[in-house]
Amino acid sequence: MRDPVRSPEGAGAPGAEHRRREPEGRDPHYNFAYLDEATKRMIRRAILKAIAIPGHQIPFGAREMPLPYGWGTGGIQVTASILGPSDVLKVIDQGADDTTNAVSIRRFFARTAGVATTTRTAEATVIQTRHRIPERPLREDQILVFQVPMPEPLFRLEPRLAETRRLHALADYSLAQVKLYEDIAQQGESASSYNHPVLVNGRYLMSPSPIPGFDNPKLDRNPALLLFGAGREKKIYAVPPYTPVKSLDFDDHPFAPMRAPHPCALCGSTTHYLDEIVTDDRGGRMFVCSDTDACAEAAGRAGAAR
Amino acid sequence: MRPGFADPVLDAQAAFRAVMQAMARPGTVQRLAAAPDAPPPIAPAAAAVLLALADADTPLWTDAPEAARGWIAFHTGAPFVAAPEEAAFLLATSAMPPLAGLRAGSDEAPQEGATLIVQVGALRPGAGWRLSGPGIAEAHRLAVAGLPADFPAQWAANAARFPRGVDLVLAAEDALAAFPRTLRIAEEG
Ligand SMILES: [Zn+2]
Repeated sequence: MRDPVRSPEGAGAPGAEHRRREPEGRDPHYNFAYLDEATKRMIRRAILKAIAIPGHQIPFGAREMPLPYGWGTGGIQVTASILGPSDVLKVIDQGADDTTNAVSIRRFFARTAGVATTTRTAEATVIQTRHRIPERPLREDQILVFQVPMPEPLFRLEPRLAETRRLHALADYSLAQVKLYEDIAQQGESASSYNHPVLVNGRYLMSPSPIPGFDNPKLDRNPALLLFGAGREKKIYAVPPYTPVKSLDFDDHPFAPMRAPHPCALCGSTTHYLDEIVTDDRGGRMFVCSDTDACAEAAGRAGAAR
Repeated sequence: MRPGFADPVLDAQAAFRAVMQAMARPGTVQRLAAAPDAPPPIAPAAAAVLLALADADTPLWTDAPEAARGWIAFHTGAPFVAAPEEAAFLLATSAMPPLAGLRAGSDEAPQEGATLIVQVGALRPGAGWRLSGPGIAEAHRLAVAGLPADFPAQWAANAARFPRGVDLVLAAEDALAAFPRTLRIAEEG
């Protein structure tokens, strides 16, 4: 079979209309980053309005993607619409670069956009993530794209979408406050260790996607641009850099992010968020960093220090 | 007819990223490496924004003369509207239309507020207005030559109706800056 990348009809062939800017390795049978240009324009317009109205969900006409919902189609469409040939892409799934989901998405963009990919947070310009924010502080030149299964923070409390739109318009979040109050009264703490709702710039209640509460403080005044894409629900929202983001709480019960009280079994970190791993069928278990890049970096440092 | 983007896919992506960066970090000035050679009086940066973002789904208003309108129509397919309040995108090459007269969206759908591109004489970062709000760590300074004298008052009124409002892109030659509706402007005192 002929290798399409090296075929003489490739983008750099004599007589090609456009100047050659195809990065190496891109499959020219796809439009750059897979999506057609009209779809990108629509998503790009939604992203700009999302940045202008921090935390507000913008509806968009989601396109069918070659991956099923639940694989991050909303995040993929956002990534596809912002990505350029000089970007370096990292994809994480619950903090790990090596899950099937993360590997598939990374390969998808390496093939359709020809972009460089990396597993190192420090090297990435665009990071697509499911359920975590990297441990390493992000920089101004980085963009974090969240895959969002359910963008509406009120959906368990108010199933009617038209009504949630009205409540957001009025900034009436008493339903969420009552729910939080009840959780605290019954359990002494908030029930939501994941996906704890946040107030963005003092105005919009927003779902941070199912990240652990441990990551919520990282949303606050982050130097990076944070973009959120929900494929099934067809919504895009954003938190601009340095925007105040506050986890919903009460003065006498301030939001307290949780972390398992152990060092990482691999790198010894006492600050990274940990996953509990079952090691055998007799109840053996260990705690390891959820962020595989941060763990490897810390393990490298610990090894060098020995 | 003058050409549009030399590379329609990658140049549109680069133009979008410049606008996104400008909107996410208000007061920073972005330069466009590959802006199209638009007919006068359209500034290259303004042309790049329109070609990257406007299409048949975005009613467009402009004060530009017939030849320039023909170029925009040819390269974007956007339908022109005569009334500024009907437009999703507006390009002002001379006088800025009053912000209060433009589409501001509704409290439930504030994203329907218009995007106004205004061509200005110059954008000088580090001087002039003190800008604050989302996207800005402490404060950015930006001096803009060529906006109406009552612009700060118009902008304050625009910000006061948040989440409704208009978002602004300022274009000078191949440079652009953006003012999202959340931006607060303090005049140099
Ligand atoms: Zn570790």
